[in-house]
Amino acid sequence: MNKSIMIVGVGGQGTLLASRILGNLAISLGYDVKVSEVHGMSQRGGSVTTYCKYGDKIYSPLIDKGEADIILAFEALEAYRALPYLKKDTGVMVINITEIDPMPVITGQMEYPKDIIKKIKEKAKVIELDSTKIASELGNPRCANVVLIGAFAKNLDIPYENWIEVIKNTVPNKFIELNINAFERGINS
Amino acid sequence: MKKLMLGNEAVARGCFEAGVRLVSSYPGTPSTEITETIVKYDDIYCEWAPNEKVAAETAIGASIAGARSMACMKHVGLNVMADPLFTVSYTGVNGGLVFAVADDPGMHSSQNEQDSRHYAKAAKILMLEPSDSMEAKAFTKKAFELSEKYDVPVILRLSTRVSHSQSLVEIEERENIELKPYIKDSSKYVMMPGNAIKRHKIVEEREKALKEYVESTELNVIECNNSKIGVITSGISYLYAHEALGNQVNYFKLGVAYPLPIESIRNFTKGLEKVFVIEELDPFIEEHCKMNGIDVIGKDVFTLLYEYTPQMIKKAVLGIEPPSHFELDEAIPNRPPVMCAGCPHRGTFYVLKKLGLTVSGDIGCYTLGATRPIEAVDTVICMGASIGAAHGMAKVRGSEFNEKLVAVIGDSTFVHSGITGLIDVVYNKGITTVIILDNSITGMTGHQDNPTTGYTIRKEETKQLNLITLAKSIGIENISVVDPFDLINLEKVIKEEVKKCEPSLIIASRPCALLKTVKYTGHAVITDKCKKCKKCLGLGCPAISNKNGLIVIDKNQCNGCSLCLNVCPFKAISKVEE
Repeated sequence: MNKSIMIVGVGGQGTLLASRILGNLAISLGYDVKVSEVHGMSQRGGSVTTYCKYGDKIYSPLIDKGEADIILAFEALEAYRALPYLKKDTGVMVINITEIDPMPVITGQMEYPKDIIKKIKEKAKVIELDSTKIASELGNPRCANVVLIGAFAKNLDIPYENWIEVIKNTVPNKFIELNINAFERGINS
Repeated sequence: MKKLMLGNEAVARGCFEAGVRLVSSYPGTPSTEITETIVKYDDIYCEWAPNEKVAAETAIGASIAGARSMACMKHVGLNVMADPLFTVSYTGVNGGLVFAVADDPGMHSSQNEQDSRHYAKAAKILMLEPSDSMEAKAFTKKAFELSEKYDVPVILRLSTRVSHSQSLVEIEERENIELKPYIKDSSKYVMMPGNAIKRHKIVEEREKALKEYVESTELNVIECNNSKIGVITSGISYLYAHEALGNQVNYFKLGVAYPLPIESIRNFTKGLEKVFVIEELDPFIEEHCKMNGIDVIGKDVFTLLYEYTPQMIKKAVLGIEPPSHFELDEAIPNRPPVMCAGCPHRGTFYVLKKLGLTVSGDIGCYTLGATRPIEAVDTVICMGASIGAAHGMAKVRGSEFNEKLVAVIGDSTFVHSGITGLIDVVYNKGITTVIILDNSITGMTGHQDNPTTGYTIRKEETKQLNLITLAKSIGIENISVVDPFDLINLEKVIKEEVKKCEPSLIIASRPCALLKTVKYTGHAVITDKCKKCKKCLGLGCPAISNKNGLIVIDKNQCNGCSLCLNVCPFKAISKVEE
């Protein structure tokens, strides 16, 4: 059994941390793991994609079109962009419905596509929530990534304690409490 | 104990375990995290050097003095250190000497897609190439061992997906490697013609010994699956190939990228019906095979461009189409990288665009000044090129053109290789205006200190390079320091300086908005005075957008820098403190 999880978002939204949490979780479950990250220029507010693959033995760290079991999307347009990567029939998308305008929209060259979530739902199974709003309620919109992970976690058969342990070991000390709160808001959403 | 580690972290761990004593580097994606991880090991002296050439020379010195040492850089950094590289091949080493060099196929964060394997061949040195983090650590250790055994500097070739993928690594203890004795030996370490003539012969003998070594090394692995199809591959391509082809082919995985074996490849291909060479970028292995009369299929079916994928390999080797996937029914806007909200460079580029100047640009976050909607930058070539290029433009097009021309360069890039350009301008009676975009940090690679910040890699206070004193000593008489968010003054200063028939230096000084020490508060809001002139949208700030004809500021993205307040002609933007 190999699982492919793709995490997409906008540079600065915390996709790196999310992929590290998932990677460490998979290790705690005894799997072979590969996590692919993005650094440098592409992090500056552009589209970012990270991958987490786990299973008995993982070779390539990449996920190609039609291969992702799960896509965690931190932004609506990025969810839409990633749709071709989702496995047809069985793939699930977990989407933060927040919308962030990309530069071609800001400069008026193009429009932000309408009804994205509806369009994705016509094709694939979707779990949607406004994790940015929830994170803001917690006092820090930056923990929207962990809220989304919580929403993802409630659909999996992995004990709550494992998640908490991994979050504690992955996030910086001073943010542990915030992130555990964020995770719980996600799991109860 | 097994730990999930980036390839770069594993290289650092390998250095630690191999008893390395010194690492000197210049940051560059995708290599930066090697040295950032080295910082965590107190047993290793480490530093950010001003550029890759100095980093390499520092590591060379440490090696000659008897220590295992390393310099790390991205592929284009290898160009900067090419000069010492070709000669340290002649001198050889004392303590093991390794250069970690990360290529960037697909150009995730680079200005070109060069294949660094050519350097190993040209300099006649050894090059190892790991596929994942476990190998990254093991090959790093092996590289030091081989460097000492064959008296050769070794390049550890990484690529983006090896450097930036995490996989499991078995942690081991640090070896206690003593400093080797330092014995003065000018015939080995003084490369003047009389000595170099003798050393070249030794290089050729060493090359022969290395070619023998690679025929039998355990770093090159044959994996036989009783197939009639063979695949010769290395590095990340091996993982893609294995994912795509599984047990359906035989593999020859090359852990040594140079020298390449001949006889063991020939033996591997015996009895096979088809042999594919799978390698990203240039046909390096393929040409080696063909030159030696070994029939292989390479770039006839694989592209010379960008990264490979398992699906691409499956199609080319087995003829299997990729799985069907969802298609989008409409074109959607792309999301290119942008300068962050609060970026100090935004003010400078706003003024440069307004004045319609030709801008000779450089490498850093501010390269994004070439993108929409700002589009102020005309050229970007390599680290430090902005000043020399502007000087050349001015020399051939004269003073009228020069009145509309500036070079822009970041603080770290200026120290890296811009200083010599500025000396050239002054020495050769140039008239170029240079703007140093001083954001108090090396930004694009994720906040590394540099000589202008006054701190070392370990955050110890040190002498701070004073750009004004430096410029004065070069002979620049027109020096101004401006705040790039004071748009009126910045415009005035630039207009004055470009008119002068002498070199000018403008230091546009404001720290990177992402620095922890920068504390903007509140956020900007658009008030009902807004006439929708869209001038603020021209800033290209990711926080300001046009929602169905209404200009809005996203408070989650805005960091309260207030630059937009200075741009609005109707005073329709105000600041709200929370």
